[in-house]
Amino acid sequence: MAQLRKQYSTAQIRNPLSIPSAEARRRKQKMTRMLFLLPAVCYMAFVYVLPIAYNLLISFQNYSLTTMANGNAEFIGLDNYIKILGNPLMINTIKNTALFVFFSILVQFSAGFALALYFNRRFPLSRFLRMILLLPWLLPLVVAATAFRWILSQTNGVLNEILLSLHLIGEPMGWLVTPGLALFSIILVNIWAGIPFNFVLLYSGLQDIPKDYYEAAKIDGASRIQTFLKITLPSLRHTIAVVLMLGFIYTMQVFDLVLGLTGGGPANSSQILSTLSYSFSFMDSNYGQGAAVGNLMLFVMMLFSLIYLRYGTKEDY
Amino acid sequence: MRRIQPFWFTAGGIVLMVIMVFPLYWTLKSALETNEQIFATPPAFFPESPTLEAFKEALAVQGPNILTSIIIACGTVILSIIISAPAGYALAKFKFRFTRPLLFGVLMTQMVPSVILANALFVIFHKINLTNNYFGIILADCSLSIPFNILVLRTFMAKIPTEIMEAAAVDGASDWKIFFRIIIPVSKSALITVGLFSFLFAWGDFLFALTIMTDSAIQPVTVSIYTFMGVYTSEWNNVMATAVLASIPASILLMFAQRYIAAGMTNGAVKG
Repeated sequence: MAQLRKQYSTAQIRNPLSIPSAEARRRKQKMTRMLFLLPAVCYMAFVYVLPIAYNLLISFQNYSLTTMANGNAEFIGLDNYIKILGNPLMINTIKNTALFVFFSILVQFSAGFALALYFNRRFPLSRFLRMILLLPWLLPLVVAATAFRWILSQTNGVLNEILLSLHLIGEPMGWLVTPGLALFSIILVNIWAGIPFNFVLLYSGLQDIPKDYYEAAKIDGASRIQTFLKITLPSLRHTIAVVLMLGFIYTMQVFDLVLGLTGGGPANSSQILSTLSYSFSFMDSNYGQGAAVGNLMLFVMMLFSLIYLRYGTKEDY
Repeated sequence: MRRIQPFWFTAGGIVLMVIMVFPLYWTLKSALETNEQIFATPPAFFPESPTLEAFKEALAVQGPNILTSIIIACGTVILSIIISAPAGYALAKFKFRFTRPLLFGVLMTQMVPSVILANALFVIFHKINLTNNYFGIILADCSLSIPFNILVLRTFMAKIPTEIMEAAAVDGASDWKIFFRIIIPVSKSALITVGLFSFLFAWGDFLFALTIMTDSAIQPVTVSIYTFMGVYTSEWNNVMATAVLASIPASILLMFAQRYIAAGMTNGAVKG
C-alpha cells in the first residue's frame, strides 16, 4: 500500500497537466470496468447462449452426419418434435424421468434431512464422520457407476451375496439387467450419490438457527415434536426450498450414472431424457431429434425454476 | 442442544457412515485382490492377501488417461479462474445498470442441462476444429465451473470493505491495480475454493469428453474407465483399481482441504 501510494503520487505531481478532465476520466473508468466483465460475457455467449440458440435451430432441421458434412440441413419445422412425441420410447422415457426425479429427491432429501438432524448434535468423532459422508458426492459419477456395476452384478455382486445369506431373496437378482428392476436400481444409486449434498446444505441450515430459540422453547416446556414443527421447519424454509430446487435441477440432468450403470437398457427400459437425447444424437446421429429432446428438458426446467423464483424465495438473487 | 451426546451416538454415526461408505470400501477391497479372490463365494469382507497387482495393471493401461485428466483439469482451473475472478469482482463492486440481469443470467445457466450444450457444442466445435483438441474440451469443461466460480467469488468479494478500494483509488491506483494488488491477495481462500471445485468438476466430466472428443487421442480417465468396463467385464479387480485411481483427487482434497470444500458447497449452492 505504502509503495503504491508513493508511486502514484510522484507520477501525478511530476506531470499534473496529463490528468484528464473528470468527465473523460469517468468515461474511461467505465470502459475499463466493463473490461472486467468482457471475458466472462464472451465466454457465456460462446458456450451458453450460442449453443442454446444453435440447438433450437438444429431442432427444426433434418440434421444428420451427412448434413453436418455438406452444411445444408433441411428446415423441417416442428417435425422433430412431432416425431419424438409420437414415439412410444419418448413417452416411456418421460414416465421414467418423472419416477426417477420424484423418488430420488423424495428419498435423498428425507435421508439427508434425517442425517443432518442426527449430526446436529455434538458427539465424539462427529466432525470426522461428517466429512467422510461427503466423499460419495465428490467422486466422479462415472466412478460411482463403475463401483455399483460390480456391487450389483448378478453373478458375483456383493449385494446379491448379502441378501442371499440373509435369506431375503431366493436367487441372485439381475439388478441392472432386468427390465422392471434396472430403473429402480439406478434410482437407488442416485439416492446414494445425492444424500451428501442434501445433508450438507440442511446441516449448515440447521447450524444457522439461533440456539436461543431452542432454549426458549425448552423453558416453555415444548416437546421435541413441537420444537421441530414450530422452530426447526419454519427456520429452514428457505434452505429447504433451495435444496429441493437444486435437487430437481441436478436430478433432471443426471447422465453419467445412467449411462455407466445400464446405458439406458435393457431394451431402453431405464432411459431418461438426458440419455435419450444423447442416444438420438450420438448413437443414431439424429442431432435434430436429440436437440428436440434436450429443448423439452430445458423447457421443463425453466418452467420449474420460474415457479421457484416467483414463489419459492423472498430473497433477491 | 449443544450438550455433548453419549458415546452410543458415535456408534450410530459410525453405522450410518459405514452404510454410506460401504460401496467405496468394496471398490478398494476388490482393487486389492487378485481376479480369483474377488470371485470367491462367499466373498471375503477383508482382502486376505492384499496385492497391488491390479493397480500396476490399471496404471499401465490407464496411466495416459489419468495424465490427460490432469491436463484437462489444470487447464480448466486456470482458464475458469482467469475468466471468473474479474467478473466476480465487477459484479460485486462495480455498479452497472446491467449487473442484476447479468447475475440473473449466470444463475439461470444452472438450469441448462449439459446434454444440450454437448449436443450443440459438438456440432459447433466440429465446424471450427475444436473436437479432439485440448482447448476444446477445456472450454467445454469450464461451463461446469465458471458460473459457480462467479457466484462464489462475487459473494466473497462483496464482503471486502469498499474503504480499502477507495483508499487505493484516492492514491491513484487504477481498477486493475486494485484488483491485482488488493482484491486477489485478500480473496485467496475463495480463489482456492473455486480452484478446487473447478478441478473436481473437470476431473469428473464424462459427458463432454465422451461427445466432443470423438477419437481416442484425448481420453480422460472417466471415459476410459467407461470403455474399459465395457471391454474387460471379467477383470473387475483392474476396473476397481482404475476407479480407485480416479477417486484420488477427491479423496486428497477431502483430507487436506476440507474447509474449502465445505465453504464451496454451502456458499455456491445456497446463494444460488
